[in-house]
Amino acid sequence: MLAAGAILTAIGALFLFVGSLGILRLPDVYNRLQAGTKCTTFGSFFCIIGVGIMEPGWFWKCLIIALFILLTNPISNHALGRAALKSGVPLCPKNVVDKSKEFKEYRENREEK
Amino acid sequence: MRNYLYLFCLLLGVWLCLSSSLHTQEVIAGLIVSFIISVLFGRWYARLGLPPMSIKRAWYVLLYGIKLALEIIKANFDVAYRVLHPALPIKPGIVAVKTNLKSDIAKFILANSITLTPGTFTVDVIGDRLLIHWIYVESEKLEDATQRISEKFEKYLRVIFE
Repeated sequence: MLAAGAILTAIGALFLFVGSLGILRLPDVYNRLQAGTKCTTFGSFFCIIGVGIMEPGWFWKCLIIALFILLTNPISNHALGRAALKSGVPLCPKNVVDKSKEFKEYRENREEK
Repeated sequence: MRNYLYLFCLLLGVWLCLSSSLHTQEVIAGLIVSFIISVLFGRWYARLGLPPMSIKRAWYVLLYGIKLALEIIKANFDVAYRVLHPALPIKPGIVAVKTNLKSDIAKFILANSITLTPGTFTVDVIGDRLLIHWIYVESEKLEDATQRISEKFEKYLRVIFE
């Protein structure tokens, strides 16, 4: 039981490490958010479940925490991305397409109606 | 009525997980407290507009859960590959996607699922359009991007919510 929990926690830690490496390496705020959300969701999920398996008495509480993270992580990611776009954080030079201007027009047209 | 029932089941489930025991006292206390809270606050919960329960819907919720879990795993390996690759193979862009879902809660779940899947996250939602940041743009066209990003979830959500 202890070994299984330790392995799961190690997998989680590995993904958290990859996530933080991504935040260092990727060029702009939007790409960093990609690494930040995906790896932290998976990483913290596995870490917490691993702890739950190591301590069977905590398992159900850990499950609640893990589900809560799974639900709230994309929302915080969305809020950060939207705030960055609205305050005009520039996209990196590698960027190939940006539909946000058209989207803005689409929104204004809708609001006029 | 069904909203009260959903809320009751949710509260009871959380209570049983938190107390992590099936002693009669704990279960009875949980039942009473969940009942009182769902009677008092079920009205607000109704605003979410959850659909009525049916076997077909429950089955699709299960399928959807499995699909989402697989996509999350894929997403992580995808991001790990891009980050660890020495040349950093990214081609980021912001694209728009169309959705046919009507209710707010369905669009909310779709947006969150897109955020959890490989290489995409939702930046903004307005009406039937979703603005999506894509780490490796495969297609700029609206229909094509819709097909690639949101169709795999939408076919389940359409059954669940409509």
